Amino acid sequence: MSSKVLPLMQQPRVQRIVYPGLVAVVLLAVWQGLVSGLELPPYLVPSPLLMVKTLVTDWLALGSALLVTVRITLLAFVVATVAGVLISFLFVQNKLIETALFPYAVLLQVTPIVAVAPLIIIWVKNPTASMVVCASLVALFPIISNTTLGLRSIDPDLQSYFRLNRATRWQTLTRLRIPSALPYFFGGLRISSGLALIGAVVAEFVAGTGGTGAGLAYQILQAGFQLNIPRMFAALLLISLTGVALFAAMAWLTRRALGAWHASETSHD
Amino acid sequence: MDRHHGAAAPAPPAIQILSAEKTYPDGTHALQPVDLTIEEGEFVTLLGPSGCGKSTLLKMIAGLLEPSDGRLLLWRRPVTELQNSANKLAFVFQSPTLMPWASVRSNVRLPLELVGTPRAEADARVAEALKLVGLGKFAGALPRSLSGGMQMRVSIARGLVTQPQLLLMDEPFGALDEITRHKLDTDLLALWAAKKLTVVFVTHSIHEAVFLSTRVVMMAARPGRVVEEVVIDEPFPRTPDFMVTPQFSRYAKQLQDSLLRASADTDEEVAS
Repeated sequence: MSSKVLPLMQQPRVQRIVYPGLVAVVLLAVWQGLVSGLELPPYLVPSPLLMVKTLVTDWLALGSALLVTVRITLLAFVVATVAGVLISFLFVQNKLIETALFPYAVLLQVTPIVAVAPLIIIWVKNPTASMVVCASLVALFPIISNTTLGLRSIDPDLQSYFRLNRATRWQTLTRLRIPSALPYFFGGLRISSGLALIGAVVAEFVAGTGGTGAGLAYQILQAGFQLNIPRMFAALLLISLTGVALFAAMAWLTRRALGAWHASETSHD
Repeated sequence: MDRHHGAAAPAPPAIQILSAEKTYPDGTHALQPVDLTIEEGEFVTLLGPSGCGKSTLLKMIAGLLEPSDGRLLLWRRPVTELQNSANKLAFVFQSPTLMPWASVRSNVRLPLELVGTPRAEADARVAEALKLVGLGKFAGALPRSLSGGMQMRVSIARGLVTQPQLLLMDEPFGALDEITRHKLDTDLLALWAAKKLTVVFVTHSIHEAVFLSTRVVMMAARPGRVVEEVVIDEPFPRTPDFMVTPQFSRYAKQLQDSLLRASADTDEEVAS
């Protein structure tokens, strides 16, 4: 830690918030100015002010839709994380298992979820469950590939050291493999959190056409049919904000988990 | 041969290498058959250029590599059959090989935890080992906040914390600057004397070998083999002054010549 205190505006933490904020203000002002100046009708491009006003007036519908989408996203994210980690552990047990199964993990990844979603929605009766399945399929792969890579990324000398000291398989796993894998795992989490949201929205779109679900994507669809463009924009804004919030939460979690070794161990003395 | 620690009883040799050799499945002859006996309390250096099989030999002693033929015995028993061999021998790698996520204290405690030493006893021994290498104040630091030399000291403390009889070191100070290396060499000799250790030390530095050893095993490459054994019959403790004595230069010259002869032989074989 440097003992010198920088002026507020020169601190990187302040800069990281203030500068993007300034860009947002400028962009919103230009947007508002263009809409008012050119007198664009709200059914083509609503002004930012109108968007916010819609968000407030339609909060009853939009807020509950947000909850539905967030719930599916989080459920899918948890399912993908748990399943992805379990699959990774399976992969690193035996090179043959990985060789045999990895192509199918890739297959899962490269098949567009939009194409598979209708099938899943037919097969899985419960609409929430079906959308969670879709979204977890999208979010699964980065967890598998990152965690597998992490579990394999061990300093070979350190591995020899464990072997020399007759470490059991379990000791090597908990004291060497898992800590080595954590940075990779958190990298995977960060990618997957965004993908879970995308998966949830896509699943809602597909399911929405079938008449079920009341998430944000469904709101966008409905608003589109009704040419309620301000509401569409408001729903879109909520989806974006959810994504940003997820990303920030993952970044925070990563800092907490990887920095904790630091703090907990140095606070000893 | 017991002039250093004076253990007069018929103690078994610490290490017996009986025609151990290493050939890889692709036919590479990493090491021609080696016969070597190392007594308790010796400080033996395996000296040679890269590719001479000195690290291979060290790893075979540790049981990290299987000889393709021949046998290796520690205290007359195969290393794999040694009860608690983890506690009897310690291996120090070329790099510090520390867990970057764990504090110095946790790193040094690791070998004790792996064998289930009670926490209080482990902590006491860790503190003692860290004091021994002069890092008592850095127990809570993370490895990355230490210099290369200090990280190496942590690695040595982790080796010593199990109170081993045999210390195997694979070019431990090769990546350090010369001044730090001299310091660690001197400290290592003090530890060796104080703890009555048996040390097998791999290096490619003739000067380091002469300075440290009771005996130097000279090796040559292509194929990896032992070419000569030289007893460094000089008293301990040795200080850096030893490095400017005529005896030191004579030993260094002798090893240098033998190394040149060995590589000349190889070159002729290649030429013919």
